[in-house]
Order: sequence, then C-alpha cells, then structure tokens
Amino acid sequence: MIETKTLTCVACPKGCEVTVEYEGDEIIDIKGNACPQGQSYAEEEIVAPTRILPTTIRVKNGALALCPVKTTKQIPLEKMFKAMEIIGKKEVEAPIKMGDVLIEDILGTGANIVATRDMQEKL
Amino acid sequence: MLKVKKDLVVIGGGPAGLAAAKTAYDDGINDVMILERDFELGGILPQCIHNGFGLHHFKEELTGPEYAQRFINDIEERDIEVKLDTMVLDVTKDRKVYAMNKKEGFLEIEAKAVVLAMGCRERTAGAIGIPGTRPAGVITAGTAQRYTNIEGFVPGDEVVILGSGDIGLIMARRMKLEGADVKAVCELLPYTGGLTRNVVQCLEDYDIPLMLNHTVTAIKGEGRLEAVEISEVDENLKPIPETAKTIKADTLLLSVGLIPENELSKKADVILDDRTGGPIVNEGRETNIEGIFACGNVLHVHDLVDWVTEESQIAGAHAAKYIKDNFEKTGKCAEVKAGENVSYVIPQKIELESGDRKRIPLYMRVSTPLTAVDINLYADGEKLYSFSEPFAKPGEMISVPLAQKTLDDLDNLSEIKVDIIEKEGE
Repeated sequence: MIETKTLTCVACPKGCEVTVEYEGDEIIDIKGNACPQGQSYAEEEIVAPTRILPTTIRVKNGALALCPVKTTKQIPLEKMFKAMEIIGKKEVEAPIKMGDVLIEDILGTGANIVATRDMQEKL
Repeated sequence: MLKVKKDLVVIGGGPAGLAAAKTAYDDGINDVMILERDFELGGILPQCIHNGFGLHHFKEELTGPEYAQRFINDIEERDIEVKLDTMVLDVTKDRKVYAMNKKEGFLEIEAKAVVLAMGCRERTAGAIGIPGTRPAGVITAGTAQRYTNIEGFVPGDEVVILGSGDIGLIMARRMKLEGADVKAVCELLPYTGGLTRNVVQCLEDYDIPLMLNHTVTAIKGEGRLEAVEISEVDENLKPIPETAKTIKADTLLLSVGLIPENELSKKADVILDDRTGGPIVNEGRETNIEGIFACGNVLHVHDLVDWVTEESQIAGAHAAKYIKDNFEKTGKCAEVKAGENVSYVIPQKIELESGDRKRIPLYMRVSTPLTAVDINLYADGEKLYSFSEPFAKPGEMISVPLAQKTLDDLDNLSEIKVDIIEKEGE
C-alpha cells in the first residue's frame, strides 16, 4: 500500500515541510524540500530514523554531580532507552576534558559516548 | 572598598557576555573584566545539554555545554579578567559598577564602557495565577532542567508541561528519557512557541501529545501535586468548563515565557521597550545611556544562541569603538518600526556613522504564524526592497540585512519600517 507522510525537516532551522510517498521501505516521491539535505532526511526518517543522544553521566569527585555527554554520531531512535540504561549505570572520574570518550561503541552502533564539557575535580 | 578602573566591564558570563568580551578584546581593548554571579562561566548553556546549538555560528551541531566550553576556552586564552561568584548590585549612568563577592568584599569598578549581558529569567507559577492549591511539584521547566542535568535528580514521575516553549519541549523529552511518564504538553495558543525541530524530536519521537488550545485550569494536591485539571480554550483563550478533565501528575512544569532581567539596567536609567522587555538600542546595541551597551537575552529573548553570539559581537565591537573614541554619531536618528504582523524589531533606532560595515542585520519576530510571506522594508514610506519566505513563525526569529549602501543613498532618513504580509491567493 502506498502511504504519504508529511515530515518537518530538521536538517536546519528553516524547517521545510517535506511530503514523502512510500511503500514499505521504498520511497516513491519526495516533495517540498528546499535542498538535498531534505531529501536524505526524509529518506532516513521513513526507513530508519536516527538521533544524537545527549544525556548526563554520574561523576565521582567532580565539581558537579553529573557531566553532560552525547553520542558522537546519530544512533537509531529505537535504541534510545537501551542506551540510557547503559549510560545510567556508568560512573566516571573527574577530571574530564570535553571530547573524552567515556563509553566506546555503545550498543554496537559505532557511536562513542563523549563528554561535552570539561569537568574539574571537586575542590 | 576596593576601587578599580577598567576599560570594559561585562555584566554576565553567559554566551552574550563571553562573545562581547572576546570581540572587544580582539578589537584591541585589553583591559576587560567579566562579572559573573555563578561559580563558573557559561550562563544557562551548561544545563542545556541537548544538541542543536552552533549550526549558524560554528557550522556544526553542538550541545549547549560544548558551545559554552568553546567560548570559555577562548576567554581563558586571552588576558581577560573574570570574577566569579560575584554579584553586581548597582550600575550608575556614569558607568560605575558596584559588586560584591566573598573574597574581596565590596567593589567599585569605574568603566569606560559597560556591556549589559544579564540574560533573562523564567515566568513563574505566581506570574500566571493558576487556581487551586499550592503544593510542591509545580516548578519552571528551567528549574527542572537544572535539577535533572546539573544537580543529578529527576524531579518527578508523572509530568504535565504547561507551555510549548523550547525549554518545555526539551524537558518533555529529557524527563521521558530519564524514565518519567510525560503525559502531555498543553499550549494555550493554537500554535507552539518552540522551534519546529523541537516539536518533532522531543514530542513526536516519543509520542508525547501536544494539546494546542489547552491550559491548566486547576492545581490539585496537598503537600505534593496530585493532579492537574486541563481545559480546552475558546477563540478568546477563555477555558471552556465542560471540556475540563483531570490528569494524575506529581509534577507540573511551566514553560510560559522568559523575561529579560533588567533590574540593573533600570538603575542606570536605561530606557526599556515595552514589547521586548529589554533596552531600546541603536544598531551598535548602545542604550540611551552613552557607553552602556546591551546584548543577548537581556535585550530581547532569542530562540538560538547563535543569534545571541552575533548580536553580542556587534555590541562588543561597538563598545571597543566607543572606548577608542572612534564611535561617531551622525546626530540624526532614524527609528526602526515594527509594521504589520511584526511584534518588534531590534535595533529600534539607527544613528551611527557607517564606518566600515557593510550591512546592519535587523532582528524581528512575527506576531502570529504566517505562510508564504513577503517581508517588506520601507524607508520613510517608500519601499526599499522585499523578499519572500515560505513560513514565518513567532518562535523563530527572522534576521533581515539592511545594506549600508541602501542607507547611504537615503537623505534625511527618519523611519525604517518592516512589515510581513501573506501573499494574496496563497
């Protein structure tokens, strides 16, 4: 069955309304995108949506209780809660530098969990 | 009392203050001091752990802490004095700044120029007067964000969010990912106040309902919040009693607007604009008080930090020019007016010599969502130029460049006006 879905492209803040015609995983037509990013966004959204996961990780002996982290690349949307569970169980030690890899290759996605700020030790 | 003299004092070490200080320093002002009341620089960005920052300024997608860290590193690389844990108490119109901290006590800093970069704060439950009891569990979305992302505890299990501003949308996803049951986001207006991207990635991704034309009509619970009553509103935004329903919740997050924090500005006799809640400024972001500049959310509430940076670079550059006595006023002042469907335009006036600039960006917001619009600029009633956009939304600021050449060609300009009109027949 051919289906139609209107998506809001989030590749940039412009937010084009992109209409996709598709059957299962097969894209038939994409309309409304102002640039090629909209095309690839719409394709991915229909076949396998992925997102960056930003969250926090517990820090032992840090200036703050938590250090913000993110995945180094987008991971499948369906794996978010599983990834949160793994990150939630982890505790790291200060000092931390922005970009430090705190968990490698989460859930086999190829994405690392990296710190998104420096975190000094508690004074 | 410690008395010091500084070329430039920047009040606030968030993204606005950091960018203004960095730009002024790079423009040759080496005697710069940043005053920050928190224990670290970065302002609100360290708690905005989500991605989506920096697409304009850095041409890559960063999280809030990363965006802040880059600017903090830039400041640390320069010889800029930073006073943390320091509260500014008063600013005078002759640019004396009074502050205090635990180490030095009371300080008087006499500045050649001051940049106001104090940011904004959230509207609270008290400001919107929801009927019912006053239990724990009713907090602003930003407070919940601080608890969850900085302090390390999630403030509730069953959550309703009132207001669809960006912080509300972001916190809907954040609390859901942390295991809370986020039951609904209610928005009084028929459209969201947040960025489209956030509606998609925070609500639609997690099947969190967005209830437009709905508001909270009662808060229930003793000690802790037990439930909220929500109702649909009519076209006059009045609740329709027969639509009321009760949702069990232990937490109500409020994302109902931000207010520029201008208590210090008022002390310096800075005149504020009723529409923005921030100072009235010229294109250099100078207020009515000579040598006092304003940028970032203290000037008007921005949706993207990238625009805060751009605006603060303008303020920092002009503060540097002012200090170097290289800052000419033409003696003429053209007012910049918000025309049809425009809620405000920044700057509110143009009065400086052109110098080497190529264009002046005008920042504005529409007052209502529009599709297929023409954005028209007029000079003293005559159309200067216009261009088209497929959408215009109140939640997304519009930046319109005004070319210097256009201004140079106009004699005795007294008014620039912008209106944003839907094209006929579309």
